[in-house]
Amino acid sequence: MATIQLRQVEKLFGEFQAVKPMDLTIQSGEFVVLLGPSGCGKTTTLRMISGLETVTHGDIYLDDRLVTWLHPSERDIAFVFQFFALYPHMSVRQNIVFPLQAVGASRETIERRLSEVVDLLRIAHLLPLKPGKLSGGDKQRVALARALVRRPAAFLMDEPLGALDAEFRESMRAEIKQLHIEQEATTVYVTHDQVEAMAMGDRIVVMSDAEIQQVGTPAEVYYDPANLFVAQFIGSPGMNLAPGTVAGDLLSLPGGNNYRIAPEWQETLSNTQNGAADVLLGFRPEAAEIHVAGELSGEVYATELHGAYKMLHVSLQEEHDVVHIRSDRQADYPIGAGVRFDLKPDMVRFFNPHTEAALLAKRPPPVSRREVVFT
Amino acid sequence: MSTEAKSHVSETARPAVGGLRSSRRALSDRAIINIFIWPTLALLIAINVFPLFYSLYLSFTDYSAIANQAPVWIAFDNFARILASEQMWSVFATTGQYVLFSVVLQLLLGFGLALLAREKFFGSGIVTTLILAPMMLSPVVVGLFWKLMYNPTFGYFNYLLGFDNPALAPDWLASRIAGQPTPGLALLAVIIVDVWMWTPFVMLLILSGLKAIPDYLYEAAAIDRASSWFQFWRITLPQVAPLVLIAVLFRTIEAFNKSFDLVMGMTGGGPGDQTEVVAVNLYRQAFLGQWQTGRASALAYMVLIIIIAISNIYIRNLNKMRNQS
Repeated sequence: MATIQLRQVEKLFGEFQAVKPMDLTIQSGEFVVLLGPSGCGKTTTLRMISGLETVTHGDIYLDDRLVTWLHPSERDIAFVFQFFALYPHMSVRQNIVFPLQAVGASRETIERRLSEVVDLLRIAHLLPLKPGKLSGGDKQRVALARALVRRPAAFLMDEPLGALDAEFRESMRAEIKQLHIEQEATTVYVTHDQVEAMAMGDRIVVMSDAEIQQVGTPAEVYYDPANLFVAQFIGSPGMNLAPGTVAGDLLSLPGGNNYRIAPEWQETLSNTQNGAADVLLGFRPEAAEIHVAGELSGEVYATELHGAYKMLHVSLQEEHDVVHIRSDRQADYPIGAGVRFDLKPDMVRFFNPHTEAALLAKRPPPVSRREVVFT
Repeated sequence: MSTEAKSHVSETARPAVGGLRSSRRALSDRAIINIFIWPTLALLIAINVFPLFYSLYLSFTDYSAIANQAPVWIAFDNFARILASEQMWSVFATTGQYVLFSVVLQLLLGFGLALLAREKFFGSGIVTTLILAPMMLSPVVVGLFWKLMYNPTFGYFNYLLGFDNPALAPDWLASRIAGQPTPGLALLAVIIVDVWMWTPFVMLLILSGLKAIPDYLYEAAAIDRASSWFQFWRITLPQVAPLVLIAVLFRTIEAFNKSFDLVMGMTGGGPGDQTEVVAVNLYRQAFLGQWQTGRASALAYMVLIIIIAISNIYIRNLNKMRNQS
């Protein structure tokens, strides 16, 4: 298994900058997810790693081998395409052994490897069929088998679950993750689905506007987003953001709310804002705790039952500045009722509204992380 | 919501269309159908269906269209005589060679040109259009100007081949090289022209097949480390195979029948009977000399049966291929 390194890799399509110069190192055996909205350059990045797309500037290394200008066939990587790209005129069996036949592998090797991957993916019954007869999930298993049979140095997957039904997607997610753990294969996985990214990635590379916004573990990008884009893109709904003005140790928020700034943030906020300026207060829906004597108040704007919990849309001021708060599933909040809530101090974040970057507390936030809870 | 909206639209639209119809149209649908169908049907029966069955009847008779005699029923004698005639077998052999060589050459060249034309290069559109030009010409015209090009004295075909002395150069259409008879040369000359004329057609069909192959198959193959050669055999060829088969089917049928214009325009079947393909022989029996209408009809039916048989084989393979993919 291989390390993948991108050094100042850039892609231009004519004048259009599809990928701005980026540096990224993917460790051997790591599962890295490139996450971003469509058009952010994540697929182009993946295709440059594979060699299907040439790079405009910069270098790509597989282990210590410079592969920037090598043909895809010389890079020892496998690629799983979004729409499977199975050879329609060949049987499943022929599809799977194609990469081995292409390099002239011996008959025994082919048979042995074939039976290995077929057992691994439990697709023995599909071997004589043509791809056209398969369901989406089975097509994806065959595409994975074709990638696995080669034992490549790295797997590149371009939204492999994007073309599947929702029900298949979850089980295939687990299957791919399981395969990764068994094979210890370096994997780069592209998706626009943040739930998928959080569930599968060892690390997530969040991309937007052709550049990397943040690289981190799922917990890091969820709890400590590097900027406003990541804060809002990760999580559903994204992080709540409320505009405020710092005045001493108080942050005045819309609707006459005042939030007492925790000691570890005071220096940061007074320094960066010169003692009197605006910041954005950020917190996840589960960071708010509804409490009769809560520090902040607002009015219930809408409620949604999400099964295990209820999501309150609370407007801090006259139907504006709506924040999402997670509450008990059984609690009943009529629309228009006032609510008071506190914020868990260790889950509060601040952003500079002008640079959009996250502000850092003097004392780093606690290291211990909770499980990420999603719906 | 959507269904409500739909029914609303259709209900308001219906009376408007109805009104338009009744005010503008004096003829009923049935009248229009009659006006279009019956003349077509009458014409078809007169020039297609009737001759088809009449010639089937004539093929079992002894009959000449210029003799003042009614057809005499002789059952299968015409067919038996054709099959027993050595000359006819040599005509069939000539036709077979003609069809085989011209179709195979057209296929190879057409495939090669299609592979080239698939690549985008400067002026590729114009080049592709120019390549198609021969196909759009009339076969008789093609025959006539190739006759000029083959001319041993002033034709430039020999000149391009490097001959500068007409006395030593091949006289293609007369099957002679430097005065010495060289059998097969005239047939080759006709095949060359047929290939020149119809390769573009094969190219066009195969090109449309090549362009329909999705890029991602080649991307997947590149990832799978397949060489260009391996990609050609395992992806390109199987993917265009149905169109190759259609091209072969069309060209085989046409080489059987439509070789007539070209051969008549260039050699008239000669020298001797060296280029006498079935279509030319059929014409000679039917309309030259004794006008052996009965025997010619029998021969025409035999050609029809051969073509149907060949087409069937192709179409079966085509269907088999379709079912597989």
